Amino acid sequence: MNSMTAATTAINGNISGQWYLALAAVLFAIGAFGLLIRRNVLVMFMCVELMLNAANLTFVTFANMLHDIGGQVLVFFVLVVAAAEVVVGLGIVVAIFRRRASATADDFHLMKG
Amino acid sequence: MMAAAVHGVLLAAATATGHASAVDWGTFGVAAAIVLSGAIGVVIARNPVHGALMLVMTLFGIAVLFVLQRDDFLAAVQVIVYAGAIVVLFLFVIMFLGVDREENIAAEPLRGQRPLAVALVALGVTGLLLLGEVSKWATGAPSVAGSTDSSTSNVAQLGTSVYTTYLFPFEITSALLVIAVVGAVALARRPPMADLSRVPATDQQIAAAAGGDNGDSEGDDDRAAPDDAASGTGDTTAETEDAHQELTP
Amino acid sequence: MLHVTYLIILLPLVGFAVQVLFGRRLGDPLAGVVATLFVAASFVVSVGVFINLLSVHGSVRSFNQNLWTWIPVGGLQVHAGLYVDPLSMTMVLFVTGISALIHLYSIGYMKGDRDYPKFFLYMNLFVASMLILVLGNNLLVTYVGWEGVGTCSYLLVAFWFTRESAAAAGKKAFIYNRIGDAGFIAAVFLTFDKVGSVDYSTIFANIGKIGPGNVTAICLLLLVGVAAKSAQIPLFPWLADAMEGPTPVSALIHAATMVTAGVYLLCRINPLLHASPDAAWTVAIIGAATAFIAATIACAQDDIKKVLAYSTISQLGYMVLAIGSGAYEAAIFLMVAHAFFKGLLFLGAGSVIHGLHDEQDLKRMGNLRAYMPITFVTFGVGWLAIAGVPPLSGFWAKGDILENTWAAHPALWAVGITTALLTAYYMSRLTGMAFFGKDRWKNPVPMDADTDFPDSHHAEGPIPEPHESKWVMTLPLIVLAILAAVGGVMAFATPHLSLAHWVDPVFGGNLYNDHESTSTLWKLGTVDGVVAVMGVIIGLRLWVTRADRPKLEWSFLRHSWYINQLFDAVIGRPGTQLAEFSSTVVEDKVIDGAVNGTATLVRRTGTQLKRVQTGYVRNYALWIVVGVVILFGFMLTRAWWS
Repeated sequence: MNSMTAATTAINGNISGQWYLALAAVLFAIGAFGLLIRRNVLVMFMCVELMLNAANLTFVTFANMLHDIGGQVLVFFVLVVAAAEVVVGLGIVVAIFRRRASATADDFHLMKG
Repeated sequence: MMAAAVHGVLLAAATATGHASAVDWGTFGVAAAIVLSGAIGVVIARNPVHGALMLVMTLFGIAVLFVLQRDDFLAAVQVIVYAGAIVVLFLFVIMFLGVDREENIAAEPLRGQRPLAVALVALGVTGLLLLGEVSKWATGAPSVAGSTDSSTSNVAQLGTSVYTTYLFPFEITSALLVIAVVGAVALARRPPMADLSRVPATDQQIAAAAGGDNGDSEGDDDRAAPDDAASGTGDTTAETEDAHQELTP
Repeated sequence: MLHVTYLIILLPLVGFAVQVLFGRRLGDPLAGVVATLFVAASFVVSVGVFINLLSVHGSVRSFNQNLWTWIPVGGLQVHAGLYVDPLSMTMVLFVTGISALIHLYSIGYMKGDRDYPKFFLYMNLFVASMLILVLGNNLLVTYVGWEGVGTCSYLLVAFWFTRESAAAAGKKAFIYNRIGDAGFIAAVFLTFDKVGSVDYSTIFANIGKIGPGNVTAICLLLLVGVAAKSAQIPLFPWLADAMEGPTPVSALIHAATMVTAGVYLLCRINPLLHASPDAAWTVAIIGAATAFIAATIACAQDDIKKVLAYSTISQLGYMVLAIGSGAYEAAIFLMVAHAFFKGLLFLGAGSVIHGLHDEQDLKRMGNLRAYMPITFVTFGVGWLAIAGVPPLSGFWAKGDILENTWAAHPALWAVGITTALLTAYYMSRLTGMAFFGKDRWKNPVPMDADTDFPDSHHAEGPIPEPHESKWVMTLPLIVLAILAAVGGVMAFATPHLSLAHWVDPVFGGNLYNDHESTSTLWKLGTVDGVVAVMGVIIGLRLWVTRADRPKLEWSFLRHSWYINQLFDAVIGRPGTQLAEFSSTVVEDKVIDGAVNGTATLVRRTGTQLKRVQTGYVRNYALWIVVGVVILFGFMLTRAWWS
C-alpha cells in the first residue's frame, strides 16, 4: 500500500510518518556527503554515525507505522553493533596513526592500480 | 531530556484529540532543525572536536524524535550509549592522537570528487524522496514481533521481544561485544620498542618495513607510484649511507 | 588349400615381424636368408593354391573368402576379404616367384651394407603389401595394399637416405603416388555413393545403377591412380628418379611388381571400362603416348638404370594401351613377360654395377662380355626379348598387343610399331655400349666433363678389372633368362593351358576379340619381327664402335622432354609461393595477429580499467554512491511504469 496512506493512518494521532522518513533521507544524504568530502578519518567516521542514525530513525518510524515492535528491536541491535564497530574502527585508526602519524584518508593509497 | 518530559505531559493531554497538534508539529520542527543543523555542522566543522560536539547535538535531536514516536526506551539508550559512550570515545581518540588541528576544507586533491559528490548525493536524495512518494514499499506482515499498542509500556514490549523472539541474535551480539573488546585491545597494543624510534612517513618505507617484518615484498607497487614527494629524500639518505661505506674500506 | 590363401600374405608379414624384432641380431647374411625363405614359402603356398584353383570348375573360377569384417558401419560394410581367381593368382604367382629370386639376389648384392637387415625388412613388407593389393576382394583392401606398396617404395628408394639425391627421389616418388592415391580414393567415394558398397562383385553386378557419366568418372579417377602408380603420362617422372634405390629394389618394385599394380587394377575393373568407351579410349591414348615418349627419352640416357627405367615406363604404356583397346589378355601376357625380362635386365645391370664397383655411366663401360660372361649371356637374352626378336617371349607379347591395337585403333598401332623400333634401338645401344666395344672403363673420362647431371653415379677413382658376380646373384639371372626365353610358350600352348584361356573367365564378354584373319596375323607378326631386328642392327652398328654421338642424343630427350622443369614452373613455384605467403602473411600477420591482438586487447582493456582503482577510499565511496543512485533509478523506473 502506498506509503502516503500508510503514513496518514495516525500514529497515535501524531505527525504522519512520511515526514520522519524524509528527514531520515536528508540526514542520510548529509552523512554520505560528508563521507565523500572530508579527508580526516575521524570526521568521516562521524559521518558514518550520522548515516547509521538516519537508518535508526527510519526503523523506528516504520515500527510505528506498521505497529510492529520488530523495528525497535532492530534499532536496539544496531546500537549495540554500532558501538562495537566504533570501538574496533577507532582501534584501527589508532594503529594506523602509530605507523604513519597521519589521519588523512588520502595518505593511504597503497592499493592503487 | 527536559523537552522529552515536557512533551510527554503535553502529549498525554493531546492524545484524546486523535490528530496531530501544534505541539507535535512544533516538537518535530525543533527536533528536525536540531538534527539537520547538527549534521551540517559535523560535515562543515574544520576542527574535529567541533564536529564531535555537533554530532552530540544531532544525537539528542534524534532522541527527541524517538520519544515523539513513543519509543522512550530507545531514546534513553540512544543518549546513554551513542551520545554518552561512542562520542566520548571519539573525543578520546581525537585528543589522544592529537589530530585536532584544523583541516583545509577548501582544497580537494582528488579530481572531480566534490562536484560528483554533490551531484550524486542530490540525485540520491531526490530519488529516495520520489521513491517514497511513488513506489509501493513492502509492508510485510503486521505485528510480526508484537504489536505496538499502547497498553503495555515500551520497555516491556521491547524486552519481551528481545528475550523471546530475538534471543539468539541477542546472545550473538554479546559475543560480538566481547570480540570487539579483544580486537580493540589487540589493535591498539603498543608495538615492540624498536619500531617506536622510527616513524616512517612514506609508502615505500612502510612497504619496506612491512616486507622486512613479514618476509613478503610489496615494493613493486611503490616503485610504480612516483607521487610520493618524500621518497626522494628516502633514496638520497640510502645513497649517502652507501657512499659512507665505500669510503671506509 | 584354398582356405589357407591368407597364408600367402601372412608369411611375408611374419617375415617382416621377425626382421623387426630380430633383424639386427641375425645380421648379414642370415637376415637375408630368413627373408628369402619366408617369401619362398609364400610362393610354395601360392603354387598350392593355384593347383587347387585349377580344379574349381564353373563359369568363373573364383574363390571368395571374407576373413573378418573390417568396417561395419551402418550402410558401409567392408570385409577384409580375399578373392582368388585366375587374374589374382597369375599376379600372385609371379609376384612371389620373382620376389623370391630377387631376395636371393639381394643377399649377395647388399652384402656389407650397413643397414643390411633393414633392407630385407622393407622388402618383406613390400611383398606382403603387394599381395594384399592383388588378393583383395574390395576396393578398400586393394587401397590398403596400394598405399602399402607406395610407402615401401618410398622407404626403399630412400634407403641410402644420407645421399641427398636419394632422399629427394624418395620424396618425389611418394608425392607422385599420393596424387594417384587421391584419385583412387575419390573413385572409391564415388563408387560407394552410387552403389552403396565397395566390393568388386557388388559393383560389377550393379553397373547399370551407376549411370554412364559416373562410370566414366570412376574410371578416369582410377586412371589417375594408375597413372601415378604405373608411371603413365603425366605422372611418370618419379620412376626415373627412383633409380636412386638399390638395384634389387629397382628390379622388384619398379619393374616387376609395384608398377604393374596399376595394370592389375585396370584389369580388375574391366566391367567398368567396358561400360565406358570414353574412358577406355582415354586409357588407350595415354598408354600409347607414354610408350612413345618414354622410348624417345630412353634413347638419350647415359645411366644404365635410367635407360631401363624409361624402358619400363614405355612397356607399361604398352600394357595400358592394350587395356584401352580391350585386349586384357595381351596386357597380362606382356605384364608377366615383362616381369621376367625387365627383372632380368635390372638384375643384370646390378651385376654390372657391382662388378664395376658402382659405376653406372654407360660411357665408361665397355667390352664387359669378356669379363662377365654369365651376366652377358643372361643380359643378352633379356635384351633380345625386350627388343621383340622372335621366338623369345617379348615378341609374342608385343605382337599380341599390336595386333589387337591394329584391329581396334589403327592410328595407335602406328605409334606402337614406332615405339617397338625405338625399343629395339635403345636396348641395343645399351648393350652395345656396355658389353661390346673398347674397354672404356680403363681410362675413365675426367669427372668434370659430366656436367649435365651432377647427381649421376660414378665409381670413385680408377676402376679395377670387373669380376663376375657370385652364385647368389647369377642364379636368379639364369632362372629369369630361361623364363624370358620360353615364356612365349604361354601364348599358344594347347588351348586349355594357354594364358588366354586361363584368364578368360575373368574378362568374360569384355574381352575384345579381334577376329583377324590368319593372314593378317602373319603379316603383322612379320612386320613386328622385321622392325625388331632392324632396331637391333641399327643400335649395334652405331654404338658398339663409338660411345659418344651428341647428334643422336638430343638434350631435349636427355632431360626427359623438360617435364620436371615444366612441373616446377607450373606447380612447384606457385606452391612454394603459396607456402611462403601462408607462412609470412597468414601465419605471422593474420593468425599471430589475431592471437597476439586478443592478448593486446585484453592488456589494453585491463590497463584502462585499472584506472578505476585509484587507491583512495573516498573514490571508492563515490562509486558506492553511484551504485546506490543507479539502484534508485531502477526502482523508480519500475515504479513508474508498472
